[in-house]
Amino acid sequence: MRTRNLELIVGVFILAGLLALAVLAVRVSGLTATSTGSTYSVHAYFDNVAGLTPRAKVTMSGVTIGQVTAISFDKNRYSARVDLAIDSKVDTLPADSTASILTAGLLGEKYVGISVGGDDELLVDGSELYDTQSALVLEELIGRFLLNTVSKDD
Amino acid sequence: MSLVDRVVLLGRAGLDTLAALGRSGLFLVNVLFGRARFGNGWTLLVKQLHAVGVMSLAIIVVSGLFIGMVLALQGYNILVGYGSEQAVGQMVALTLLRELGPVVTALLFAGRAGSALTAEIGLMKATEQLSSMEMIGVDPLKYVIAPRLWAGFISMPLLAMVFCVVGIWGGAMVAVDWLGVYSGSYWSNMQNSVEFTEDVLNGLIKAVVFAFVVTWIAVFQGYDCEPTSEGISRATTRTVVYASLAVLGLDFILTALMF
Repeated sequence: MRTRNLELIVGVFILAGLLALAVLAVRVSGLTATSTGSTYSVHAYFDNVAGLTPRAKVTMSGVTIGQVTAISFDKNRYSARVDLAIDSKVDTLPADSTASILTAGLLGEKYVGISVGGDDELLVDGSELYDTQSALVLEELIGRFLLNTVSKDD
Repeated sequence: MSLVDRVVLLGRAGLDTLAALGRSGLFLVNVLFGRARFGNGWTLLVKQLHAVGVMSLAIIVVSGLFIGMVLALQGYNILVGYGSEQAVGQMVALTLLRELGPVVTALLFAGRAGSALTAEIGLMKATEQLSSMEMIGVDPLKYVIAPRLWAGFISMPLLAMVFCVVGIWGGAMVAVDWLGVYSGSYWSNMQNSVEFTEDVLNGLIKAVVFAFVVTWIAVFQGYDCEPTSEGISRATTRTVVYASLAVLGLDFILTALMF
């Protein structure tokens, strides 16, 4: 009988540990089954991707529809190539959609926002987003602002 | 003492260390892969899981709660200066899952359970219980060491998970209930930034590695100790010191590899 009690306590302990893992998965990391869905990949060239990292979100109207898979430098075009994996359920994006690099909040993470275009042709696996908008770099913005004020004074 | 004597001492120390490393490796292989497996030793394992895991639960829960609360308090005081106190949930969760959960659990585990394992096995050796078992044809590796080793491997990762959950809950208690961070942004910020594979699973892998190292050191130090009361006390001290150093060193290596 004592062994049975001991086994019961140990069983409850192991259950508590596994339950804790489940809580971490669902409540803390917000794990959902949809992240393993199939995707198709497109790429885009940006003049400046400052702060964008692989695995960053790709959103449309504020809803996540994919993620950044790779960022590399194209030495022939002197610009950054960003590879995006887009959820294959979202397969009606016009080919002239715009990809811009945005910031969540003032100091938040960088992500790619896609705004819809008007072309009849659709984006397919391997196609390129031609219309891109680079990341907003605070230093450049301040520099341009200062330059403007100086030239006005002259 | 002449120069040669010093070199001789150094060489002896080096050889002793190497021999101990070899003995501990052989010991581990024998315990894990020896032909004798549990069989009817299930009850032995349950008993050890109770002693090593369940009895450590109290200290793990209390420390986890306070560490989570302190993290939230410190984080809030700094983040509120930037007007981004909502990020406190994300900070508490990432700190606990990636670093403090596995590391502090392993350190507490080494102090609470590791030292007890070493002292128990050391005393068994000093009172010649282990050699009497061998005498009557019972393998002490199978009946004494293996259940303790497995109990450590199994229970420490579970304890680390409990530690993280209690810590995050303690952080929520301080940040949301006392300091007035909006509870929606506390949890949603956390869920946005915490990745299951990147953070939770890597933390779990860390906990498994630490469990392996701490229990191995504790059990081996007990089995290998000098069978005197002084030897047992030295072995117990060595367990806590070696286990803590191994955990902190491995933590750096694992962090460098993972993140």
